[in-house]
Formats: sequence, structure tokens, C-alpha cells
Amino acid sequence: MSGVRVLVGTKKGAFILTADGTRKSWEVSGPHFGGWEIYHMKGSAADPDRIYASQTSGWFGQIIQRSSDGGRTWETPGGEKLPDVSEGMPTGVSNKFAYDTSEETGKPLTTHKWYDDTDHPWEFKRVWHLEPSLDDPDSVYAGVEDAALFRSTDGATSWQEVSGLRGYGGGSHWNPGAGGLCLHTVLLDPSDPHRMYAAISAAGVFRTVDGGTTWRPINRGLVSNYMPDPEAEIGHCVHRIALHPARPEVLYMQKHWDVMRSDDAGDSWHEVSGDLPSDFGFPIEVHAHEPETVYVVPIKSDSEHYPPEGKLRVYRSRTGGGEWEPLTRGLPQENCYVNVLRDAMAADALEPCGIYFGTTGGQVYASADSGDRWEPIVRDLPAVLAVEVQTLP
Amino acid sequence: MSPDAPAGDATPRAGGEGRLVRVELPFHLRTLARVEGEVALRVAGEVTLEAVLDALEEAYPVLRGTIRDHVTCERRDFLRFFAGGRDLSLEPPDTPLPEAVAAGREPFLVVGALAGG
Repeated sequence: MSGVRVLVGTKKGAFILTADGTRKSWEVSGPHFGGWEIYHMKGSAADPDRIYASQTSGWFGQIIQRSSDGGRTWETPGGEKLPDVSEGMPTGVSNKFAYDTSEETGKPLTTHKWYDDTDHPWEFKRVWHLEPSLDDPDSVYAGVEDAALFRSTDGATSWQEVSGLRGYGGGSHWNPGAGGLCLHTVLLDPSDPHRMYAAISAAGVFRTVDGGTTWRPINRGLVSNYMPDPEAEIGHCVHRIALHPARPEVLYMQKHWDVMRSDDAGDSWHEVSGDLPSDFGFPIEVHAHEPETVYVVPIKSDSEHYPPEGKLRVYRSRTGGGEWEPLTRGLPQENCYVNVLRDAMAADALEPCGIYFGTTGGQVYASADSGDRWEPIVRDLPAVLAVEVQTLP
Repeated sequence: MSPDAPAGDATPRAGGEGRLVRVELPFHLRTLARVEGEVALRVAGEVTLEAVLDALEEAYPVLRGTIRDHVTCERRDFLRFFAGGRDLSLEPPDTPLPEAVAAGREPFLVVGALAGG
């Protein structure tokens, strides 16, 4: 029987939760990298045993961890302890994310905009998101703060900036959101290896159709009332975007406020918040088998990051947005004031589809029936930063 | 303690010549480098701040970027360097370490800023 592996990044380490295809009984391993913030973990679609993790710390900076055995053991590619280094310096630079400032390959950007619209130098802080290639376990993208996209083709041993994003995307005009100037979402189009999307807070969504050489902002239809021009091309605080592999031209977005949809690969967006109790939130996810079934977790407001009325409700639309139903069975319906962060929701590919999300209160909830009923897999982890799920053969 | 018998990871690393310097790392860097207790490093030439950190990163490449920024090579903000009872955090990289540290009688300390409340 096939199974699932849920990868959980928290404020104080990583946890791996595994179950067979019934998803009733769970084994929990961890904490891995105890005491470190794990911003994101994700497995390779080409090799489920290959997992990448972003391990970060305000004290010690950024570490990339890699597993080749499904998370049982980990290594820091390029940073291995060598038995004898007298024969020369090791060549690995696994955790080095250096912005490309060359005239030839990038745009020599030196500053972006700060909160008060003054110029501010680019400073690497951490990796928010790791997106493995769809067909090569050694290729992986990293979305980082300050916002940029990096790519490794040697299993995270070395990284190069995909510099066209900042250069063509107007990087010198980007402003940070409350969480920093972060590139938090990378979507790869399974139907076209040259097309991908990146989402940045608070700049917006960007698309390449030439494999990353050139990019352009695709934010037409977004309205953000905190900007002098609410419909400006750049400056929107996009919280997350999602697509279904069978309908890659359809994109869903949870924005700072508003749930949005595009039917033309991001050329234009329209609002599908419909009857949600609040259209503020962070994650958005698509059902594995139903491209028009979408999930969000409404949060009360941008100033009150907890569910409306103290009730933790996932909302599901089976109409691609617009009409939403609350999913409450098994979720706390009183005195609940946790948040669900942007990368902390995922869907497995079993039948029926499983949905998972983690909270800032340390719970990871799972539904094995597309959201009808929920159960906590674990209740008392550190604050959950990210949840991904692997469907195992 | 004799400099010939340092505590912790007693196998000297980073080359076969030079003076044996002991380095004490904060918990998370020991975990990352997969060492226990102090590490012992052979440092060729004058034992300066930079020479010790270079030898440390050469022996444990995973520590590159964790003490000094990868790009700027500046000390990370929340780390301090202590040696011989002195705070050398703001000293230039070519600052010689005290003889007691250079001779391995005392460790060079990499200290993380306290956090909590």
C-alpha cells in the first residue's frame, strides 16, 4: 500500500510524519536540526528519497540540508567534514547565496526600496522556499530574502542567482512586506519546462517563459489599497499562489487581502473571495484530483492574525472560488487563536485526496477525505512554519 | 590541560604543521560540525583571529558563513570572539591572539549572544 510522508518545518526544528495509505496511524520523527528554524522542506518529485531543507538562524545564518534516504540521514552538501584537508581547500560553497551583480549576466542592482521608500542595499537573510526540479533530483530552486531566485544543479552544493528576475522584474522598486522582502513561492509548470512563476512579498507575481532568463510582473487585476496607486504593476503583497498540474494556466492566489484567480497564466486576475468570512489569509492549496477545488484558511485581518471568532475553519470551494464552504469537523471551534502560515498547507495525491496544514500553535491537522473531517497528527510541536507532503509509491 | 591533549575533538585538523590551537564553539555550531567539546586546529604562521577562523573553516567547511558572512567575510552580528579574557570581536582580522591561546593553553572562544527572557 502506498503511503505519505509529511515534512514539517518549525521554529525549533524539523519533523517527519509518516503513515500508510489509510493515513490513520502516524509515526513522528524529530526534531531534526533541533533549535534551528526550518523555513521549508520539500522532496523531489523525481526521487522521493531526495529531500531538501532550509535550516536558518539569526545567529549563524543559512544552512541547506539534503537527505538521500527519505529523511533518515542528512548531509550539508559541499560542507562535509573532510578526513584530511591538507591536500587543498574543499570546493563546496553549499550555503553561499551571492547576488549576481555582473554586467553580463545580471543587472547590477545595488538597492531595493525600504519600508519608507528610501533605497536599501540587498542583503541575503535566509531561504524561504525550496522547489526541487520536476525531473532532476539534483536540481532545485531557492526563493530567498532579500527577494531573489537561486538555482542549484549539483544537489545544493553550489548556487547561482537566476538574476533575470531582479533585473527584468524591476527589483530596484520592490518593497518588503511585514515579514521582509521574501521570495516565498516558486511554481514550475509541468506542461512547459520554460514557464515558471515566482511570488514575492510585497512585490507581486512574476513569470518567465524562457526558463528563467527574462521575467515580467503579472499583476494586472490586483488591487492593493495600501499603495498610492492601488493597481500599480509592482508592489502587491501576494501571500501565496498555487496551480493544479492538469490545468497549469489556472492560477490561484491568496493575497494580503483578496483571494484571486487567473485563467490565462497570470496575464489577468479576478477576485474569487466570494462569501468567505474574511479574505485575508496566507496559504492556498488545490485538490490533487479536482482542479476547481481550492482551500484557504481565512484569518481575521492583517492586524489580527488569528481565525475569525476564534474558530479554526478551512474553507473549500468546489467551483474554483466564489462559493466557499467551511470545513470544521475535528477543528477547534472556540478559543482558537493560531495562524496558518503561507507554506504550511499541502495536499497528497492519494484517493481520496489528503489535506494537511500546520499552525503557529504547533498542531498539524490532516484530513484523509478532502477536508470533510480533520484530526491532529501532532498537537504540541513548536510553531509550524511549513508543511509539505510526499505521496510515496 | 596540556596543549598536547586538548579536550573534545582531539584530532588536530587543518594541515600537519603549525601551532595547535583549541577552539570552543557554541552548541549549534558543534552540532553542525558534528564535534563534541573543543576542536583542535593546526594553525600555520602567526596565530591571528583570521588565521584561526581560516583554519576552522578549512577543517570544517560546513562552518563557512556561520561565523563570518559568506560574502562580506565580516563577523556575524550575534557572535563574539573571546581570548585570554579579552573581547576581540571588534579587533581587526590580523590581530594576534594572546600567547596562552596561540600556545594551546587556553581555548579561543566563539560565543553566541544570549537570547531569551
